[in-house]
Amino acid sequence: MSSWERFLDTFFNARVMAKYLPDILYGMWVTIELAVLVVITGIASGLLLALLRAAGIRPLNWLMIFVVDVLRALPPLVIIVLIYFGLPSVDIAPSGFVSTWAALALVLMAFSEEIFWSGITAVPRGQWEASRSTGLSFTQTLLFVVLPQALRMTIPPLTSRTIAITKGTALGSVVAVSEILGQASSAVSNSYNPSPLMLGAAAYLVLFIPVVVAGRWVETRFAWKK
Amino acid sequence: MAAPIIEARAIHKHFGALHVLKGVDLQVAERELVFVIGPSGSGKSTLLRCLNRLETPDSGSVVVDGIDLLARATDINRARQRIGMVFQSFNLYPHMTALGNVTLALRKVAGKTAAEAEALGLAALDRVGLRDRAGHTPGQLSGGQAQRVAIARAIALEPRVMLFDEPTSALDPELVGSVLAVMRELRQDGMTMVVVSHEMGFARAAADRVVFMDDGQIVEQGAPAAIFEVPREARTRAFIGQIQRH
Repeated sequence: MSSWERFLDTFFNARVMAKYLPDILYGMWVTIELAVLVVITGIASGLLLALLRAAGIRPLNWLMIFVVDVLRALPPLVIIVLIYFGLPSVDIAPSGFVSTWAALALVLMAFSEEIFWSGITAVPRGQWEASRSTGLSFTQTLLFVVLPQALRMTIPPLTSRTIAITKGTALGSVVAVSEILGQASSAVSNSYNPSPLMLGAAAYLVLFIPVVVAGRWVETRFAWKK
Repeated sequence: MAAPIIEARAIHKHFGALHVLKGVDLQVAERELVFVIGPSGSGKSTLLRCLNRLETPDSGSVVVDGIDLLARATDINRARQRIGMVFQSFNLYPHMTALGNVTLALRKVAGKTAAEAEALGLAALDRVGLRDRAGHTPGQLSGGQAQRVAIARAIALEPRVMLFDEPTSALDPELVGSVLAVMRELRQDGMTMVVVSHEMGFARAAADRVVFMDDGQIVEQGAPAAIFEVPREARTRAFIGQIQRH
């Protein structure tokens, strides 16, 4: 066996790959579920927080800024582990899936809140004044005048941040979520062959390259033209 | 003089340690056009912004069309429908068409249906000569057109008074005329107007009264001819001399 054949047999073993392909496909499905949940809940709650912050209730905003900064400073893996291993001590025992979802959604919430907030503050004061001078309330002005402009500015940074955090679903493998990486690494242990990892990597590419390409399209499509 | 439609009394306003308005009184009669002039930092824009409570005075009273703007019980959003405002930098909503800019408050504040708002919006754009630009976004309009859309946005709500904050200062000289023409028409229709501006030619031709402010106070006021030709106060003379040299 030449060294090239040995390399192929080790990393691209067709027999092993065929055997574990269904597991990896199942992992892909779990990753998709997890990613969709994280993106929807994370961005929605981040937007809600940013809108709440615009209301300018001081003590609430200080609390919000503190929590958001902590969530942005902690590595996502640490938050997953804290939820999964920490909460059972207060008699809440979330599954690995729920722990990973909650942790990544919290991180995305924190980052997207900051991004939405910076978008809201970047809308010139004159826009607020013009709208208020015609009798629109604070909330109407925020929703109909300021937010549409803010969202447009936030789409590029939000897209790249969302992709980065969504890839963090792989961290779920640490708390026994059977997503792509989890499936791949247990397949590696069972087959004594690292080929399933290659399969896993391919699965991530299949999943995320379209997302990255779509992200780039969205970024150029919504780039703010003066 | 009949009961004034705008009655501001003893207005004081601080920005931090800066005393911007030092007890200003201003009464404006219905259908009157009042010009407010003065050096930058004299408080003229702040005074104007107190008249629709974009700035809240520290003390004093502001009554517009019988509504006490500073009273706790006043619904300021309802009151502001009667007080149109036009800004130096237009402040059109860049994500909406000209018509969208004009109809937003008609739909959300005045409670018009989409069809009613569109009809009223188009009529307002017609008054400023821009009905054919209804579908354009602010980015596609010249400065003069943008400011006329901003005027349409304000008059569509059928305000009782209009406030203009340096409406032509951001415009190229050749575009100023189109905005002044619209203001002149409003004037002929009997709109009560308070204008912060240095368009002396327009003031001479159209204003009933010119108010000169300096250092947070009204120094002198009177008919345009009197203020521009024979100002009594030295500060007024100095200021008029300066802007006439330009």
